[in-house]
Amino acid sequence: MGEAVRAYMLTAGMWMRSTMTYRLSFALTFFGNIVLTSLDFVAILIMFAHVEALGGFSVAEVGLLYGTTSFSLSVAHVLTGELHEVGSRIRDGSLDVMFVRPVPVLVQLAADRFALRRLGRAAQGLAVLGWSLPQLDVDWTPWRVALLVTMLLSGAAIFMAIYVLGAVFQFYAQDAAEVQNSFTYGGSTLLQYPPTIFGRELVQGVTFVVPLAFVNWIPTMRLLGRDDPLGLPGFVDFLSPAVAAALLLVAGLAWRAALGTYRSTGS
Amino acid sequence: MGEALIEVRDLEKVFHVRRRAGRWRRTREEVRAVDGISFTVDRGSMVGYIGPNGAGKSTTIKMLTGILTPSGGRLRVAGIDPARERTRLARRIGVVFGQRTTLWWDLPLRDSYALVRRLYRVEEARFRANMERCVELLDLAELLPVPVRQLSLGQRMRGDIAAALLHDPEVLYLDEPTIGLDVISKAKVRTFLRDLNKELGTTVLLTTHDLSDIEQLCSRVMVIDHGRLMYDGGLAGLREIGDGERTLVVDLERELPPIEVPGARTVRVEGPRQWLAFPASASAAPLVAAVAAGHPVADLSLREPDIEDVIARMYVRGAAGAPEVV
Ligand SMILES: Nc1ncnc2c1ncn2[C@@H]1O[C@H](COP(=O)(O)OP(=O)(O)O)[C@@H](O)[C@H]1O
Ligand SMILES: [Mg+2]
Repeated sequence: MGEAVRAYMLTAGMWMRSTMTYRLSFALTFFGNIVLTSLDFVAILIMFAHVEALGGFSVAEVGLLYGTTSFSLSVAHVLTGELHEVGSRIRDGSLDVMFVRPVPVLVQLAADRFALRRLGRAAQGLAVLGWSLPQLDVDWTPWRVALLVTMLLSGAAIFMAIYVLGAVFQFYAQDAAEVQNSFTYGGSTLLQYPPTIFGRELVQGVTFVVPLAFVNWIPTMRLLGRDDPLGLPGFVDFLSPAVAAALLLVAGLAWRAALGTYRSTGS
Repeated sequence: MGEALIEVRDLEKVFHVRRRAGRWRRTREEVRAVDGISFTVDRGSMVGYIGPNGAGKSTTIKMLTGILTPSGGRLRVAGIDPARERTRLARRIGVVFGQRTTLWWDLPLRDSYALVRRLYRVEEARFRANMERCVELLDLAELLPVPVRQLSLGQRMRGDIAAALLHDPEVLYLDEPTIGLDVISKAKVRTFLRDLNKELGTTVLLTTHDLSDIEQLCSRVMVIDHGRLMYDGGLAGLREIGDGERTLVVDLERELPPIEVPGARTVRVEGPRQWLAFPASASAAPLVAAVAAGHPVADLSLREPDIEDVIARMYVRGAAGAPEVV
């Protein structure tokens, strides 16, 4: 484990240095990323110019959902690097070379082309949080702060597990990358809005099947002093870290099985 | 006899390929890429693994390095089961693919080496010594600041070989290291490998479909075809089978009836060009003299048998039950 983390840092560090030699290009893509991803929050603001509340949620509350989603997805995306594109490497056999280095393939893929500029979206998410938190009617006890922080980290972990599972599917299906996008980008779009505007089946699906609701929906309801949309027992609000850990374990085991099926290509 | 470093017994790899058969139907077909191969390689030896395209050479290397999990049989490299303990094995082996770089495409060669050093935890002093050796013998000094994607095939190959050796592997696998290289690069690579084996005692297993690689490098040859081992032994024995006949190609000044000289027979005539086959054991010089003495010769060339010829002959011999064919 320590060895894997070390290898990750080494590889990521090297990519960081090599992209930092082009400072201007880095700055442009980093801030470009922020501006571009900010547009969908601007859309939300425009919507609130016409309505008081969305599904019973104020603009600051939606900002909380939006900011936490953006942050978690972005951190997961930065940390899993090229994993979401493993399909092309499987098809052309270039995954071969990762098998002959003394580092787990998963770690190499995650660290490959490590790009800090992808954190632009996380920065934007934090900015939205900074804007919406002071407007919320929440008493920030240490417990609530801890809940917010664990939610952000567990959320990132859940999205990471989904990236790994998406990569696993790419060993078995040609166009699994599309499916993966619908879970990560599609899922994150969902989580930016209050669960109350969606149908009950959909909310059940992202709670029990693909547990995206634990990224922010469920713990946020506790922060805001609201009931969770499915009326689950109270302790469920604190389960995000456990769900993240379980999902990572499942993803890790699935990854190992998938790697065993790798068949390279005939030349 | 040295200590066995690589042990392979009844090794198999079967691929299931889905093929379109007509508009809707798809059939599942079995490709037995490696079909029950056994051999051992001793520490410090230099072995050529040779066969035509699609014979199963790369598939064998991929199993030896842990890229592919065997469908059957037993496999140990330095006592390690490659597919199960891949990362542990990786520290002890070096791998070079002719068709694909193990370096980071967008990074300068120098940065790739620095990263390799740290990933493999190579001591500074060892790293410097190995670098110096490789840079000198493989002529890398000018390439160090160049990103890998800008290197020519021959340069890239030399860069890859150096990268595979920085951590002092016990065995170096090379899959088609000379494919597509120009004559000079080929010679450099061959000289380097021979010295590596002689001076550092690194075990070398290289695949090729070029017989001349083997002739210049390996005392032991394994010939594979259709996933089966056809021959395993010295180069001399292979010559005896394969070199059964060499060919003298004669370009005459005009069309003439088939040349008749002692010690050779004319196997083909095409306009002014004629092909004469003669035993490998015989020298070409007296034959050339005899042909030139009695005919108006414009040009002459000597053709060594290629791997396809050798294998074709092995089938003939094999059917006749020759003992040296496995
Ligand atoms: N990943 C793969 N999927 C399906 N068939 C393969 C695969 N890899 C190799 N083969 C088949 O296995 C046989 C041996 O291939 P290979 O080991 O690459 O041969 P060589 O390296 O000797 O040219 C060929 O028929 C090839 O088409
Ligand atoms: Mg090959």
